[in-house]
Amino acid sequence: MQAGTRPGTLFDKVWDQHLVTPETAEVPAVLYIDLHLIHEVTSPQAFAVLERSGLPVRRPDLTLATTDHSVPTTDQPDFRQSSVVLAAARQVSKLRDNCAAFGIRLYDLDDPRQGIVHVIGPELGATQPGKTVVCGDSHTSTHGAFGALAFGIGTTEVGHVLATQCLLQRRPRTMAINTSGRLGAGVSAKDLILAIIGRIGVGGGTGYVLEYRGGAIRSLTMEQRMTVCNMSIEAGARAGMMAPDATTFEYLAGRPLCPEGEQWERSLARWRTLVSDEAAHFDRQVDLDVSALTPMITYGTNPGMVMPIDGTVPMHNGDQALRKALDYMQLNPGEPLLEKPVDVVFVGSCTNGRLSDLREAAAVLRGRRVASGVRMLTVPGSRQVKQAAEAEGLDKVFLEAGAEWRDAGCSMCIAMNGDQVGAGQYAVSTSNRNFEGRQGPGSRTFLASPATAAAAAVTGRVTDPRRLA
Amino acid sequence: MQPVKMIRSKTVVLPFTDVDTDQIIPARFLTTTSREGLGKHAFADWRCDASGQLRSDFILNQPQARGCEVLVAGDNFGCGSSREHAPWALLDYGFRAVISTGIADIFRSNALKNGLLPVEVDQDTHRWLLANPGVEVEIDLQNTRLNYGDHQSTSFPVESFARYCLLEGIDALGYLLGKAADIERFEKDRSCVPG
Ligand code: SF4
Repeated sequence: MQAGTRPGTLFDKVWDQHLVTPETAEVPAVLYIDLHLIHEVTSPQAFAVLERSGLPVRRPDLTLATTDHSVPTTDQPDFRQSSVVLAAARQVSKLRDNCAAFGIRLYDLDDPRQGIVHVIGPELGATQPGKTVVCGDSHTSTHGAFGALAFGIGTTEVGHVLATQCLLQRRPRTMAINTSGRLGAGVSAKDLILAIIGRIGVGGGTGYVLEYRGGAIRSLTMEQRMTVCNMSIEAGARAGMMAPDATTFEYLAGRPLCPEGEQWERSLARWRTLVSDEAAHFDRQVDLDVSALTPMITYGTNPGMVMPIDGTVPMHNGDQALRKALDYMQLNPGEPLLEKPVDVVFVGSCTNGRLSDLREAAAVLRGRRVASGVRMLTVPGSRQVKQAAEAEGLDKVFLEAGAEWRDAGCSMCIAMNGDQVGAGQYAVSTSNRNFEGRQGPGSRTFLASPATAAAAAVTGRVTDPRRLA
Repeated sequence: MQPVKMIRSKTVVLPFTDVDTDQIIPARFLTTTSREGLGKHAFADWRCDASGQLRSDFILNQPQARGCEVLVAGDNFGCGSSREHAPWALLDYGFRAVISTGIADIFRSNALKNGLLPVEVDQDTHRWLLANPGVEVEIDLQNTRLNYGDHQSTSFPVESFARYCLLEGIDALGYLLGKAADIERFEKDRSCVPG
C-alpha cells in the first residue's frame, strides 16, 4: 500500500517509506536504514563478522561512529579501576581500527564534536525527521524526538546494517500518549517521562512504538523532547516518536549535516507531511494531563518504581520484585524520600547531559555550595555541549560550588570507565537506569531531573528543587 | 549456527519480574571485543558477593540448578539495555531457553539470533512452572509447543522466519544479502532522498 492512501500515523508513514520488501506471513519486512550510529561497546563483534566473511560496509556514508560508553572523562582516569580502563582503551582502539579499515567517519576523543552517540547525532544534524535511525544501544529512541523512527538493536543486527543497510523487522503496534496541559514551574521533561513510565509500567510499552502528542509535547524545546523520547525504552517500547514542527525545523536549520538552500526547502516540505492523520488508528491510547505533575523520583531498581518527590515508598504487599528492590535500596515501605541523605550526585548522560540540563542544574547551584561529604560529578553529553556551557560560564558555577566538571562521555550512567558510585552509596542521578549495580556494584540510584539532582547536592539530602528556586 | 529443534531439560526458576540485562551481565564485563566466554559473568552480582565468593543462597549456585538448560523467569525478562552480551552470556552459561509471561523486545530479538529460545506463555502455565521448579519440560520448536508436567501442553508464539532459521540452523544475514537487488532498486528509486 502506498503511503498516504489511507489515514496513517507518523510511524506508519515513516515505516511505509522504508520498506524495501513488505512483510508476509513467512518473512519480516526488509526495512531500509538511513542512519546507523555505532560506538565502541556493541560494534567489535559485528565488524568481526564482516571481516570473517570478507564483506564491505555497504554504506559507510550513512554510518557515524563515536567513542562514548567507556571513555575516560578526565586526563587522569581512576587507576584503582585500571584493569577496566585498560580493557576499555583496547575496545576504543578496536573501533578506531574498524572505522579506518571500513571507511567510517569517527568522532574520536580528539574531535571537538565527540560525545554521547545520542547527543551528537542531533547536534550534527544527522538525525532528521522521517529517517530510520538505529544504533546498538537501547536509548536510540532519543532520535524519535525529531520524527525519526529510531530504535536500539543488538550486535548481530549491527552487522546486518553494516553489511546490507537493512534490517528484518515485523511491524510493531502503535500507542498514542496524548498529553494536555503545561508543566508547572520547577517540573521538567524528565519528571514528565518518569510519570509516563510510572503510568504504563516498565513492560507496558513492549511491542509498541509510542507517539507522544498533544499540547504539552508541542510546548517543549527539542532538548526536552529528546529527554522524553530517550526514556521510551524504559517503558519497554522500541521507539518513541514526536511529529516534527517549527521547533524541530528551527533546531535543525544550519546544522552541519542538514541540507541547505533549495534542498532544505524540499526537505521541509517533506518533513511537514510527517504527522499522524486525524483519523489514524493507534492500537492503544493513554491520556495524561501534565499540569498537576510534580518533580518525580525513583525509589526502586527500575524506572517504573517512581513517585512524586514528596511521596512515600509503597508497601510491597507480597510483591517479590518490589520487596527485593527495597531490600537492595535499603528502604522501608512507607518511608518518605525527602530528607534522605545522599552521597553522590550525577548530572549527565544522554537523558540529561545537554546544555539546557546543565543550565537547569547550574541555576540551583549558583551562589550555593555542594554539601560537605557529597560528591557531585557534572559530565556534559558532548564536547560541543561542554564548550557551549563554558562559553556562558557554567563550568565556573559548578566548580565554584565544589562539583567536578568533566569531559564528555557516558561516565557514571553506566560506570564502565571508572566513574562510579560506591557500594552502598546513594546517588541522585539524571541518567535513565536505576538498575541494581548500574552505577557501580552495590550502588543505589534515585533517578530525577537535573534541578532535583542539584538540589540534593546543595542540601546533601533528597530535596524538592522548587524549595530552592 | 547449530539447528535448534527440541529442548528437553529440568527448569530452574528465577521468580523476579523485570530482570534487566544489566543483571544478566553487568556493564563492567562489556569491555570485551569477543562474544565468547561470557558465561562466567552471567548474573555476576547475584551469583557472587562483593569479594567474589559464590552466594550459596542464590538459586543458580545450588546443586539442583546444575545442568538445567531452561530458565523460568518473572514477567518482562531481559528489559533495559540492548546488549547482545546478555544472550551470549546465558548461552555460554548453559541455558538454551527462557520461559516467561513477557520477554522484552530487543532481548527477544537478540536471543533468537543466537539460538536461545524465548518462550512466552500464559499466566496459568507460568504460575504452574513457578510453583514447580526443577520439573522436566520439553520445548518443541517444530510444533511451537511447550510440554510439561502430567501431559500438559501449551503453544507459544515464535516469529515465523526466526523459527525457520533456528530449525535450519541458518543465519538471517545470508537472506538479507540475497536481497541485494531489491536494496539497490530501493536506493535508486527513492523519490525522497533523505538529507
Ligand atoms: S549515557 Fe548511559 S544510557 Fe546513554 S548511551 Fe551512554 S551509557 Fe547508554
